[in-house]
Amino acid sequence: MRRRMYKVFAMWNFDKEEQWLNEMAAQGLSLVNVAPFRYDFEETDMGAYQVRLEMLADLPSNPKSQNYIRFLEETGVEHIGTIFRWVYFRKGTEEAPFDLFSDIESRIAHLNRMLVIPLVLGISNVTSAFSWIERYHRYGYRISELWVIIAILTTALMLLYGFIRIWHKKRQLQKERVLHE
Amino acid sequence: MQNIALTEAVYYVLLSLHDPLHGYGIMQKVEGMSNGRVSLAAGTLYGALSSMVEKRWITAVPGEQSSRKKEYVITSLGKQVVMNELDRLRELVKNGESIAEEA
Repeated sequence: MRRRMYKVFAMWNFDKEEQWLNEMAAQGLSLVNVAPFRYDFEETDMGAYQVRLEMLADLPSNPKSQNYIRFLEETGVEHIGTIFRWVYFRKGTEEAPFDLFSDIESRIAHLNRMLVIPLVLGISNVTSAFSWIERYHRYGYRISELWVIIAILTTALMLLYGFIRIWHKKRQLQKERVLHE
Repeated sequence: MQNIALTEAVYYVLLSLHDPLHGYGIMQKVEGMSNGRVSLAAGTLYGALSSMVEKRWITAVPGEQSSRKKEYVITSLGKQVVMNELDRLRELVKNGESIAEEA
């Protein structure tokens, strides 16, 4: 039996998304397929699988990403699917708990990969906001331009919020790294 | 090659690669050597292997076919790195024993 669910997670809540998927797996619903905002589960034994999410440094089609995914598969990890640069993996729990990272350094590297996204989008957002402000000024302060500017700046604020959330997670790990590996 | 401590993962991977092994083999060997204490996660291991190949501490064993699992083996430079780390670890243990265990 398969079950389909729709759910929206913000990018900076990737850990909450992972947690939710693992709670589902613990109840016997293991992820088998993903699409944007869509999750397909299959019925399995309770806690038979553990799910992990990772943002890759390159697109999934890139040979580097392909090599990485193949490497994981060779260690018994199942590749469920990809959404943009996000990859979903699962592994049976019979041997050991499944994790992608086992030290602080590689967790920080993962967060750094994620930080680039809101940064790049944010910069392009602010740049386009400036050009719209310029238009607004030139065409005599029309309401239509004003709406676009407000929409762009709202998006920019959301991106900034996301950036801060991820950055905060990174700071926590950096503090821990002072003491541990 | 400065005297900076190796991470536990790197140290154990270098030790495990005194014989050629592929990724999963490394994970199993390291877990065995440490009596189950150190379990390398696949993502972390992949990153460590890539950096060590770049630094020429290890090298990919030329395989018969590209479809086969890739095996790695330690280089002479890698062995030197392990020896330096051993010296450092001996010093740590010696000082630890003479101070902490005396007390």
